[in-house]
Amino acid sequence: MIESTEVKVPVSGIGIRRKARASVAVIGNPNAGKSTLFNRLTGLRQTTGNFPGVTVEKHLGTVQLAHSAFNLVDLPGIYSLDGISTDERIAVDVTLGRVPGTERPSGLLVVIDATHLYQGLYLLEQLLELQLPTMVALTMIDAATANGISIDINALQNALGGIPVYPVNSISGHGLDSLKEGLEHITSIGVPPIPASWPQLSETAERLAQQLGSDWQRIDVIQALLQTHPGFSGKLGHELGPEAIAELRLQLFGDAPPAAAEARQRYRWVKQVIADVQEHAPLYSKVGARLARWTNRPWPATILFFAVILLVFQAVFTWATPMMDAIDNLTSGLGRLITAQMGENAFSSFLADGVIAGVGSVLIFLPQILILFLFIIVLEDTGYLARTSFLMDRVMRGVGLSGQSVIPMISSFACAVPSIMAARVIPDRRDRIATILAAPFMTCSARLPIYALLIAAFVPNQSIGSMNLQGLVLFGLYLLGILGGLGTALLLKSSALRGPKPHFMLALPEFRAPNLQTVALKLFDRGRIFLKRAGTVIFVVAILVWTLAYFPRLDTSEYPTAMNASATFEQADTANARAAAQMEQSWLGRMGRVIEPVFKPLGWDWRVSSAVLAGFPAREVVVAVMGTIYAVGSDADDQSLSQKLRSAKWPDGRLIFTLPMVLGLLVFYAWCLQCAATLATIRRETNSWRWPAFAWVYMTSIGYAGALVIYQVGSLL
Amino acid sequence: MTLADLARGDVAKLEEIDTRDPGVIRLMVLGMVEDITVRMENIAIGGDPLEVGFFGSSVSLRKEQARHFKVTRIAAGD
Repeated sequence: MIESTEVKVPVSGIGIRRKARASVAVIGNPNAGKSTLFNRLTGLRQTTGNFPGVTVEKHLGTVQLAHSAFNLVDLPGIYSLDGISTDERIAVDVTLGRVPGTERPSGLLVVIDATHLYQGLYLLEQLLELQLPTMVALTMIDAATANGISIDINALQNALGGIPVYPVNSISGHGLDSLKEGLEHITSIGVPPIPASWPQLSETAERLAQQLGSDWQRIDVIQALLQTHPGFSGKLGHELGPEAIAELRLQLFGDAPPAAAEARQRYRWVKQVIADVQEHAPLYSKVGARLARWTNRPWPATILFFAVILLVFQAVFTWATPMMDAIDNLTSGLGRLITAQMGENAFSSFLADGVIAGVGSVLIFLPQILILFLFIIVLEDTGYLARTSFLMDRVMRGVGLSGQSVIPMISSFACAVPSIMAARVIPDRRDRIATILAAPFMTCSARLPIYALLIAAFVPNQSIGSMNLQGLVLFGLYLLGILGGLGTALLLKSSALRGPKPHFMLALPEFRAPNLQTVALKLFDRGRIFLKRAGTVIFVVAILVWTLAYFPRLDTSEYPTAMNASATFEQADTANARAAAQMEQSWLGRMGRVIEPVFKPLGWDWRVSSAVLAGFPAREVVVAVMGTIYAVGSDADDQSLSQKLRSAKWPDGRLIFTLPMVLGLLVFYAWCLQCAATLATIRRETNSWRWPAFAWVYMTSIGYAGALVIYQVGSLL
Repeated sequence: MTLADLARGDVAKLEEIDTRDPGVIRLMVLGMVEDITVRMENIAIGGDPLEVGFFGSSVSLRKEQARHFKVTRIAAGD
């Protein structure tokens, strides 16, 4: 399991003067080009982490200007400040300095997509209430032009009461210099005027803020009145009394819910601004829309969906092979070199069998994981993932959920941790929990190593039609994960999480060419996280397992001796027997025997059992453990791990890795929840230990049951 | 006539919105308010969900919520 962890790179240590810097928050609608602009402005001078207390990703970067530098905080993409989702609440709280450990920004850089001026201006209008120095970066001008939209920048600036508006093209870099120049003066441009779009609300908020004293900012009052911040709503009710506040709300909003009244009121102003600054507003953008419309037609969309998924699996298996072979040759060559140079002793075994075999066996999957992430990132960046929600809403409805659960589930194919966080967009708590519990079933990238290892070792590499058999088996395993996830959602939604029919609403972005820099940066981030885990968690586990497997050493006198074999056979046999005997009486061997009975009904010997047990904190460790166990336990180091697995035997000479056993093991992996990071994320997101505990027991049980049935039935046949 | 009754390609004006459904309010926050012109961009297999376009944006919703939007059809689609 790969999760984004906080990286503590001192931002001030990257060649920039150390002094208290101003900080500017970047905020805008989802898909407005916010991250691209952020990357363009900060380059590699950025860090990723989480906001304290919540799992909302926090991107921090530094912008170097001609005369100064300042910090840039990238906030989650949002449509409004209504605070319904965690993302929205965090965005508001950060801009208001309510988040501990995050300084209040000295200014706002609002990113507006020129082709989506309508929703962008709505958010801007709300942001102006915050009374912070504000600038607008207008992105996607070229796309707007291509759609026949022309925006009068000066008129826009005037309509916004003089707020600076900078048209930028984050891809060509056009307009970035002016924006940077403008940013240099952001702290001195003063507080923006509040648009006269809703004078009653403005006046009431102003009056109450003064009346209530210094504890209250005007935005606090607004949020309390609009009931978008439960804390402030309660506090205001306490201050004014329930009757007075009901009266105020009736005056301001009539009998409509406050949020509906706000949308009506503010969009009136937005429409006026658009009429003033935009030549004509098309109903729907032309570029990309034709493609979107065609690919959205029911049948082409369905065919395309399966074609894309199949392509991903084929690519993961075939494109990665040359790179994987190279890494394999490198690590096994290094291991042999060390043994040859240093001779057979504890230290050379530690390096070759412990460190290199252990870490190397996980490292080899870096190419496949990068290819998988590349596809997911590109699909996300082009807007295709959002389209699949529309396509799959029907399917999700069948299990009691909506299309909104589709993005978390698809991104779970990369890693369940961010996808569980992505479930936050689902408004209903029951639907969200059902999605969170279904997501870990999707085959994440950490399951790939064990699948790839077992498939490469036990499924013949042959073609069936134009498809590769190994690719097909992998596809089947992914289907197994999907079935497990959907089945679980159905089960929960028809029992413990039964609730009203979910809504489905989603802003659908149009297709867009992926931005190379954004894709590269995200991919780089993923690769770094994977390597960091290989270098820390997996490294430590590999060393631990090697120690347990290597010690205590047998006395030479205890070695079984070959009595009557020819010289060469004698040597080989003795060496193998010696290694096997050593392994058996090592600490790991003794521990393995204790737990062997639990997994024996699944056809696993103590080595497989201990590897599986070691994998409960992080499932990719299993491959490292197998790499180490089989490296220590065998004398022939020039065999690959898959060859060693193929020849592994029970004491009575039967093969361990039979077809039913391997299939059972694969099913176990498809369903079992072996990931501490996922459990911790479920705990944080559901705010209870009940759900992660349930998920663990439930998934482990059905994984065990699945493996048991397949092995037992398969062995009878 | 409601939004749920439009055929693909139909262009219509939103007239009256029933705000009692919380799902409807989320759609209003995305910009589906009275007096705007929308087009039915797409209807999924089985007639649900729907995709509605307005002001260059595109939003998907279910028929259940679409029924809360009263509309007048301006132009018929393909």
